Amino acid sequence: MRWIVITLAFIALLCGAGSAMAERLVVSLSNHRVAVTSSFVGEELVLFGTIEPDPVTSPLRPPYDLVVTVTGPRQTLRTRRKERVLGIWVNVDSREFVRVPSYLAVLSNRPVNTIANPDTLRRLQIGLDNFLLPQRIGADFADTVRDDPFRRSFLRLQTQQGLYRESSTAVTFLTPTVFRAAIPMPAAVPTGSYGIEVELFTGGNLVARTNSALDVIKTGFEQYVADAARDYGLLYGAVTALMALLIGWFANVIFARD
Amino acid sequence: MQIYLPIADLPVNVFLVLGMGLAVGYISGMFGIGGGFLMTPLLIFVGISPAVAVATVSSHIAASSFTGALSYWRKRAVDVALALMLLSSGILGTATGVWLFTELRALDQLDLMIGISYVTLLTIVGAMMIYESVRAISRTRHGMPATLRRPGSHTWLHGLPFKLRFKRSKIYVSAIPVWAIGFVIGFVGAIMGIGGGFLLVPMLIYFLRVPTATVIGTSMVLTLVTMASATVMHAATNHLVDAVLALILMVGGVIGAQFGARTGQKMRGERLRLLLGLLVFAVGCRFAYELVVKPDDLYSLRYVRSG
Repeated sequence: MRWIVITLAFIALLCGAGSAMAERLVVSLSNHRVAVTSSFVGEELVLFGTIEPDPVTSPLRPPYDLVVTVTGPRQTLRTRRKERVLGIWVNVDSREFVRVPSYLAVLSNRPVNTIANPDTLRRLQIGLDNFLLPQRIGADFADTVRDDPFRRSFLRLQTQQGLYRESSTAVTFLTPTVFRAAIPMPAAVPTGSYGIEVELFTGGNLVARTNSALDVIKTGFEQYVADAARDYGLLYGAVTALMALLIGWFANVIFARD
Repeated sequence: MQIYLPIADLPVNVFLVLGMGLAVGYISGMFGIGGGFLMTPLLIFVGISPAVAVATVSSHIAASSFTGALSYWRKRAVDVALALMLLSSGILGTATGVWLFTELRALDQLDLMIGISYVTLLTIVGAMMIYESVRAISRTRHGMPATLRRPGSHTWLHGLPFKLRFKRSKIYVSAIPVWAIGFVIGFVGAIMGIGGGFLLVPMLIYFLRVPTATVIGTSMVLTLVTMASATVMHAATNHLVDAVLALILMVGGVIGAQFGARTGQKMRGERLRLLLGLLVFAVGCRFAYELVVKPDDLYSLRYVRSG
């Protein structure tokens, strides 16, 4: 019982200390819902925000640095490596990346490694190199060193597809306290719930954070087809096969020359 | 015009896919084949994953073989009894193929298996077709008949038990090779995303001595049923059939096939077989090249599950 009280007291103390001289982030997203339709070719969302003194009387401490981390719905992926076996290239080794974000964007106003020291970045999981990407190792789950070849290749492949990115120019300060962040959504963006973490730094220290969220949804016909394929596989297959027969029959009737 | 494919999960240009359907349809109409062995590699080439390509192409082949089968049916060029016998084992072969497809996918070896199957099958069959047709062409040059007819010639296959008489094809053969051929075609079709017409027609001619009058029609009925059931099985087990992609391919395919058939009728049989042989061989070599040459990227990703 006692340690709970102590912990609570400690948290209260931390909050109190924080509010003595702190900043507050106010952010707004241009759109909380991205609809993937048949003509979807990607979209750019804009996050606007201001840095407010908290309490209002406390002074602001520019210059500020801002990091926005957007994470997509979690999924498990396997990275495979090919090797030459008997003259042909075969997948011989693989690692499973468990519950990693399907989309990960680290957006900042300057390179993240110049914003804070490596320990801080590592602790806060800021930047692609510091983000926790657990791999299945036997029965355990653990992230590896950042220059592990599987981890590096995983990041590279996801970056090539536009699903992972680290941009040091995506956040711009319009005034020392008003900022704008451009969040790119590529055409192949996974559907689901996305989290947006906004972290404010000054002098290499984290001084404020807030979060937001958005949803990427398939709409209309695409959603219908994808749902049907997943939930009613047999029926979906039968309908597709029937469609094939119908089109084959149509063509035969239309083009019949006998 | 871009359209988003719901299962392949990527946007493609409608006209590109329609054009691919037309082109492959033209070739398939010209040679009287399904064209799966061309369509699957083309889809992989435009960025669709091999697994989705194989599963989706099966429905495309079902459409084009149904068009063809109807025409042959009207001309009474389908041996129903033979088709049914081939089918009884063909379905079993397809089911085995779909099962192996699922297993290999889980082991990360599906792409390799598809590649190796393509190389082996296409280069061998292509080379055989080229050899056979070149000989036929040179025979016609020397004033001899293009095809050597050997009526009544019997192989060991005719000595097998369970003999059956197929009236329309006017053949009397054992059920064992018929079942074996059906199984092989069904199996190979499900693994490789091909109807197997280019394999089945020579097999029926050389092993069972099915006459040319009924061979293509019968082969198309078999292709139709195995591919339609492959579509249903792939959709039920792997959820990889992209109906939107299939629809675009089918529309292009059936139109292209009509024009291809007209060109095909104007060409000499052995010349047509030489062209097809070269095409089959070239696709096989393309796959061999991919397996042997060091890939640009040794690493690849595969989606396991969400969450």
